[in-house]
Amino acid sequence: MKKSLLPLTCVSLSLALLIAATASFSSAQTKTVLTVGVFPDLDSVVKAALPGFNKKFPNIEVKINSLAYADHHTALTTALATGSGANDVEAIDFGYVAKFAEGGGLVDLAKAPYGAAQYRSQFVAYTYPQAMTDDGRMVAMPTDIGPGSMFYRTDFLKKAGVQAADLNRSWDSYISAGKKIVAANPGTFLIPDASEVAQIIIRTGLASGEGLYFDKGNKVLVSPVSPRFIQAFTVAKAIRDAKLDARAGGAFSGDWTTAFQKGNLASEVSGAWLVGHMQNWLAKDYAGKWASQQLPGKSYTSYGGSFYGIPSQSKNKDAAWSLIQYLTTDPAQQILAFKTTGAFPALKAAQSAPLFNEGVPYLADQKARLVWRTAANNIRPIDVNKLDPVAEQIVNDSLSAVLDGSKTITQALTDAQALIARRAR
Amino acid sequence: MQASATAPPRPRPSLGTRWEVFQRRYAPYIFISPFFILFLVFGLFPILFSLYLSFHQWQPASGLGSMKFIGWRNFTDNLTDPTFWQSLRNTGVIALESGVPQHLMAIPLAFAIHTSLKKVQGLVTALYFLPYITSVVAISIIFVTLFSWQYGVINVALNALHQLPLIGGLFPAEKINWLGNRDFIQPAVASVVVWKYVGWNTVLYLSGIQAIPADLYEAASVDGATTRQSFRFITLPLLRPIMFVAITLTLIGNLQLFEEPFILAGDSGGIGNRALTTVMYMFRTYNFYGDAGLAAAMSWLLFILIGALTLVNNRVFGKSRLSGND
Repeated sequence: MKKSLLPLTCVSLSLALLIAATASFSSAQTKTVLTVGVFPDLDSVVKAALPGFNKKFPNIEVKINSLAYADHHTALTTALATGSGANDVEAIDFGYVAKFAEGGGLVDLAKAPYGAAQYRSQFVAYTYPQAMTDDGRMVAMPTDIGPGSMFYRTDFLKKAGVQAADLNRSWDSYISAGKKIVAANPGTFLIPDASEVAQIIIRTGLASGEGLYFDKGNKVLVSPVSPRFIQAFTVAKAIRDAKLDARAGGAFSGDWTTAFQKGNLASEVSGAWLVGHMQNWLAKDYAGKWASQQLPGKSYTSYGGSFYGIPSQSKNKDAAWSLIQYLTTDPAQQILAFKTTGAFPALKAAQSAPLFNEGVPYLADQKARLVWRTAANNIRPIDVNKLDPVAEQIVNDSLSAVLDGSKTITQALTDAQALIARRAR
Repeated sequence: MQASATAPPRPRPSLGTRWEVFQRRYAPYIFISPFFILFLVFGLFPILFSLYLSFHQWQPASGLGSMKFIGWRNFTDNLTDPTFWQSLRNTGVIALESGVPQHLMAIPLAFAIHTSLKKVQGLVTALYFLPYITSVVAISIIFVTLFSWQYGVINVALNALHQLPLIGGLFPAEKINWLGNRDFIQPAVASVVVWKYVGWNTVLYLSGIQAIPADLYEAASVDGATTRQSFRFITLPLLRPIMFVAITLTLIGNLQLFEEPFILAGDSGGIGNRALTTVMYMFRTYNFYGDAGLAAAMSWLLFILIGALTLVNNRVFGKSRLSGND
């Protein structure tokens, strides 16, 4: 009897130990590991947010997976296509939101248990519609925005005897002031590319219910009789014909960068985030010579913005939502993000921080953040359409045909309308 | 075997023997299997999947479940798309502008290296070959800065030449917007392709020339043939098989041109879409328009075109006429 009892006790003891061990082990393991997919500079924002977040949620461990901008979105496309491999929280740039909104790859944040709709009034008005689909789903939460602004060289204006207000009274005034500036400062250009002006005009003065290129009923709005497109093309053409632009193509092209670095530009229209680039590398040598004001003709438009979404395949949706809520709806965190990378807060409560009344050193201590805040709160929402990228490409192509004189405006818009319509059928 | 149940059971072969038999029979297959496994996963499957995809409508970001069969619609949509035809025209023009000079330069160059530069042949060939092994991205970025309208070295050089007395009038006074002007963007892209691939073709032709028996040239020179005549009547005809290979490679490569125009002209395809090649348009259709089926159908249309042109090339250069004539 005794002989057989010993092993049994041993076994039961070790079993008990084992159970106790696993129990204590698993209690340590209740920490949820949350993965976040981001791109630079947004990764710095998330990194900066972690100490504060971990204090509030000690049981969530956040792992940041940062990829280059394009790679991040390509990887996310692949993960959504195959239904595996996505992070629990995914950062999405504005340009990709409409693409990812299709299908059920991202959870609807407007529904329970998320209830993102309750925060709507707390955010800059135009951000929510950007993340909503036609059928009312909300696929991502806005975190930062890019209120459009005009940057101009004060020294060039002074030399030409032009007032800053001459540059933004109207588009005509912008062109005539520009001619004076370029004449007084040989070798300079008013703007990197004439097409940028057309982009602004296309984005302003939309009737309600209109998208950029399509209305609610998917009707193509690009047409040779649309005042919006005619004006956009006419003003851009006038700038090109007056030889005012550096024909640098899009932002961040080689010529665009060189023109900035050489100090050959008198003005640029862009998001408020441009200041960060200018002071860090793009126009380092010209600190104190740039200033900021509203876009010409009382135009308010946005240049990009970032969102966070939760892929349906995520297994930690609750923790993911806690992190997104912290990143987007916590005023202190939104202000921290603004300080970290210049990511302009989408949360209105963060826009009353004392920081806004401080001068921006690069802009000769101008209180430019107030300019941007005004712009942000005047930007109107624009309905997105899944065919926007196609239409944008076609309109850009037809604009370049107008700018180099190979098509008339009427002809270019007629062709563009036909090309977009055949895609939309 | 089983029928002879009454026969005494044969002794089971030992483990060693069985292993011997197994490996003798299957080792070759195991040794070549890595290629086939990789090919099946990364070669054959994508090819077949793209064929399958070309008959479906699919937005990749919406997940696999959103795939919808739509028959030949992707093919007809592409064939009625003016931009698709324009991309084919661009591809054709750039392929010709870059392909023809490559060979017209490489054949005489290889002949010259073979006949006159024997001593430094290795070095010269290596120098010409250098662009081929350099990263396309690095090359294209350098050419973008060279071609820059306001700040490019090419325009600075042309401007300096314009200042010269007498011949100055031959050079333009205004800066040329190489990558921003309809008339210049295709030659600009083509010149980068030529620059990169001349060395590669030179090496191909050089090896072809070296394979031509020297006694043919000796016999010709005994008969009093000039260098020009021996090039025309010995080198060119005997290079035919190499020409076929080299032209086929150029044809396939040029019709799939992507990196050079993509970096020089940007993803929009440059001014007036002039540098938008078919592969770039395919990339745009998939990546920016998110229409995987349409892009897949486009790739199959391009494949059919390349296949047809290779057949034509085979007809022209593939048969050695010498064997028939002699």
